[in-house]
Amino acid sequence: MEERSLKMEVKDIYIKNMKYEDFKENEYLEEYVKELRDNGVSIFVSKIDDIINWGRSNSVWPLTFATSCCGIEFMCLGAARYDFARFGWEVTRNSPRQADVVFVCGTIVHKMAPVLKRLYDQMAEPKYVMAFGSCAISGGPFKSSYHTVMGVDQVIPVDVYIPGCPPRPDAMIYGMMQLARKIKMQEFFRLPSQPDMKPYAEAEQKELKKEEVADGNDE
Amino acid sequence: MGMMNEKLSALAFAFVEENGKTLNVTVPKENLYEAAVFLRKECNCDFLMDIVGIDYTESLGTIYYLSNTQNPAQLVALKTSTTDREDPLLDSVHDLWDSAGLYEREVHDFLGIRFINHPDMRRLFLRQDWKGYPLRKDYDANPALNPVPLENELIEDMEAVPAVELKMGQPVETIHKLFEEDEYIVNFGPQHPATHGVLHLRVSLEGEIVKKIDPNFGYIHRGIEKMSETYTYPQILHLTDRLDYLSGTINRHAVCLCCEKALKLEVPERAHYIRTIFDELTRIASHLLGWGCMAMDMGSITAFVYGMRDREKIMDIFEETSGGRLMANYSVIGGVAWDIHPNFQRKVKELIPYLRKMLKEHHLLFTGNPIARGRMEGVGHLSKEQVISLGATGPSGRASGWSNDIRKIEPYAAYRRADFNEVLRQDGMTFDRYIIRLDEILESLNIIEQLIDNIPEGPYAAKTKAIIRLPEGEFFQRVENARGEFDVYINSKGDKSPYRIKFRSPCLTLVNSLIPATVGSKVADLIMIGASLDYVVPCIDR
Amino acid sequence: MFDFGVVTNWIDLFLRSNMSENMALFVEFVLVGFAILAVYAVLALLLIYIERKVCAFFQCRIGPNRVGPWGLIQSVADMVKILLKELIKIDRADPVLFRIASFLVIIASICTFGAIPFDPALHAVDFNIGIFYLLAVSSLGVVGILLAGWSSNNKYTMIGAMRSGAQLISYELSCGLSLMTIVILSGTMQLSEIVNQQSEMWFLFKGHIPALIAFVIYLIASHAETNRGPFDLPEAESELTAGYHTEYSGIQFGFFYLAEYLNMFIVAAIAATVFLGGWMPLHIPGWEGFNGIMDKIPPFIWFFGKTFFCVFLALWIRWSFPRLRIDQLLHLEWKILMPLALINILLMALCVI
Repeated sequence: MEERSLKMEVKDIYIKNMKYEDFKENEYLEEYVKELRDNGVSIFVSKIDDIINWGRSNSVWPLTFATSCCGIEFMCLGAARYDFARFGWEVTRNSPRQADVVFVCGTIVHKMAPVLKRLYDQMAEPKYVMAFGSCAISGGPFKSSYHTVMGVDQVIPVDVYIPGCPPRPDAMIYGMMQLARKIKMQEFFRLPSQPDMKPYAEAEQKELKKEEVADGNDE
Repeated sequence: MGMMNEKLSALAFAFVEENGKTLNVTVPKENLYEAAVFLRKECNCDFLMDIVGIDYTESLGTIYYLSNTQNPAQLVALKTSTTDREDPLLDSVHDLWDSAGLYEREVHDFLGIRFINHPDMRRLFLRQDWKGYPLRKDYDANPALNPVPLENELIEDMEAVPAVELKMGQPVETIHKLFEEDEYIVNFGPQHPATHGVLHLRVSLEGEIVKKIDPNFGYIHRGIEKMSETYTYPQILHLTDRLDYLSGTINRHAVCLCCEKALKLEVPERAHYIRTIFDELTRIASHLLGWGCMAMDMGSITAFVYGMRDREKIMDIFEETSGGRLMANYSVIGGVAWDIHPNFQRKVKELIPYLRKMLKEHHLLFTGNPIARGRMEGVGHLSKEQVISLGATGPSGRASGWSNDIRKIEPYAAYRRADFNEVLRQDGMTFDRYIIRLDEILESLNIIEQLIDNIPEGPYAAKTKAIIRLPEGEFFQRVENARGEFDVYINSKGDKSPYRIKFRSPCLTLVNSLIPATVGSKVADLIMIGASLDYVVPCIDR
Repeated sequence: MFDFGVVTNWIDLFLRSNMSENMALFVEFVLVGFAILAVYAVLALLLIYIERKVCAFFQCRIGPNRVGPWGLIQSVADMVKILLKELIKIDRADPVLFRIASFLVIIASICTFGAIPFDPALHAVDFNIGIFYLLAVSSLGVVGILLAGWSSNNKYTMIGAMRSGAQLISYELSCGLSLMTIVILSGTMQLSEIVNQQSEMWFLFKGHIPALIAFVIYLIASHAETNRGPFDLPEAESELTAGYHTEYSGIQFGFFYLAEYLNMFIVAAIAATVFLGGWMPLHIPGWEGFNGIMDKIPPFIWFFGKTFFCVFLALWIRWSFPRLRIDQLLHLEWKILMPLALINILLMALCVI
């Protein structure tokens, strides 16, 4: 019964010309909804939220950010054939302050990681991240390299992963629609859904303890 | 060849041997500079193609690939090595060839060799605080040594330039500052809309005038060369597509050719034709994108969209035959992965008149525009001597009158069968580099037109063994990719993976030539000239 | 023929009959203010939509078509989002100037907007120095841009601001001179009077060649004033990321964004008013029947028709020309446009005499 109602909610999200059945990762979103619920966040509370989310999901301005090959497919997405202007995403901003979503197109390496992190920090809330291509997801073909970051989610939180090497522009449009569905679940009058920071915090605590122990040993 | 050999006999300390078209000259490290001066002055080897740093385990060595622009097919490989692994020192040749400066920094970065009298011994790709030298065989790849940093490199570290000099026989390291205190320095990149990737240019400005440029690389350094040492040859092919993704097919072709040369493999004529057509299609796609990006950097976004629109037609052809849009992954050692799609020939033949028509439109839209002409004419001059010394190959070099087309110098694949012109211009301005690309598209269309109807019947790939082992030795292959000369150096010990593989990226030298072309011009010109050189940063960083 | 005068007179009478004269005047001021703000916002959204659609058609694309019918409310969605976006405090920026800058830009643009005659009855303030006022107020915007660039503590914005300072102040000159040409012809600076004088024939045709030259100079110079098209150096994307507003986020950036589009409308409206007769229908002397038919079309349609024609010209140029370099930009102004405009004024003076 519980699951049924969850399904209904994900189903209720309206994306033009895309039905619930057309999307593949429904289960994931349902789990996401459930997780939010369990943590005490109610979903779809008011009409005002609906309006805000409608605005936000329909006007996702990407940051022009590309490190390698996938950037070319991002350009294709902006050009005549695939035309992401149809969805209102063509206002690519060069300044991170004005952008809503950063497409991490391409490999992130050690030297680039702090730059990407700073870029993410410079963006204004609400901000979203899409890992575009296998390099950004996991290191991809360069997994065995000494200088590659194994997935951009080691540096910044990611909302949507789009696999491929490089993914087709169509895949990117699909990913953007998934992002739109995710945005439509947000609630404005409380905190926007944050990634679960617990494991990071625990890891940090452990590190600290370790350091303390190490310091103690030194003494 | 004989002449060069005779001249080289004057060098008593040099050991000379012939290896195909390459003349191997081995010298002891004390005589390296002397030999380099001799080769530069006496033998007129004015083009330093590449410096390959290599770890022979018992010693660390460098190989300087040189060529004479009068006789470009002849190569000289100047080799030297040092047994000191703790503090290896070699003489710098940066004053003989402008391109050597960055190459030596690369060798320093990867192998830890310091070059005496080189003014700038910072690391080229890796962070200054990186531990270890990755291309050494005893490199410790433990990720705990070099964790993912979350703080930016300090500007002070990036600007502190060490240099090594010999004083009284002892190496002395001095550190000087790159910029003065009161200089107005602007960072272009690493994330900037017009650096064509993640290039980081630190530019010192005086008002709008560019005074100094300090390029920083490595923001997309993926360590492909080190990875390749553990990969088998067919696996390496996939990495080459991702080096310079805009001419991925051509880069892959180069590695295939190099392996086939080593294996003495007879490639079927059909594969040669198909590969050549694919190469030229890639070149067209790359130039169209380059044209579009250049227009976009000047603020004309419509032109960019037009370029991309026409490029999609080529992507369609790629997709039908190879299954990939940007990454065709099509050539394999011995031929191509599978036969062409039945529609291939028809679609290519439809494309040729379409592109010719569209090129006229592009000229109408952009080339004839008075503002565009005003922006491009008379800025970014590079003389012929400069481009040779800088090693700026490809269309950028040809725009200055340097005839350097490998398709003509050392015809490979089916280029012998096609009758085409090498497009040359003399002035070396931004406008020349712009127009030469559009002319090359026409020339590529000519090549395709001649080949497309004559693709011979037969197998599309030669039979190879399941596991490919290259015989022992050194192999070198040059091809012409969309940006310039792309070379592959393979040192094999007879294994299924190379002992050392080195790619000569044409883009590194192009960024280097950005500096003399731009200094003294305006910020807007910096962007323009960068776009006209058309470099791809992942190709530099590898 | 629909007449806005009926509506405005009715409101005026209604208010006066219900309250004291001063009170009625005050209420009218407030109403006019709100009306201007509302029209300003709606027009800005409409213009953003139009630009995106027109640019898409130039580039063989479709443009926004998902949000609402034909994507009509796309820019409404943008506004909803941008209103609720975080405002970032910039470290070591000048907080007061940083905040004021975006308001200055939009206030300058609204003030100009208020003085435009949309219709014989829709004209908020009719100064006797209308053109002078327009020029004076519209040039306030440059102060906002300079402050924005200066206060952001960023090198890109600084260069952008310096560029815009040089650019806007230079082009202000030929912009003003070309309008002065028409002032010489009409003998008045009052906008309503200028429009009325064009009842027989538009100044573009009435003023012979000097008016035509002035029109072309005005189009170029005013286009440069709006920081768009080939003159978008202060925010040259490929050079300075986003120019003077690089550090602005949320609605502060939204103000710059709105002002940019509305400025485009305002300069087009001034061009329409001064050169193309404003709300005055197209009249050809002697063709009584034709003039009668033209009079049937309401004046505000004439006004918006002409203005959007000029806006379309601006978009056309914007999307097909590459950007100028700073020295070329100043060369064009100081060595070509301004001498031409000066000579043109002389010519016009000779014509009038």
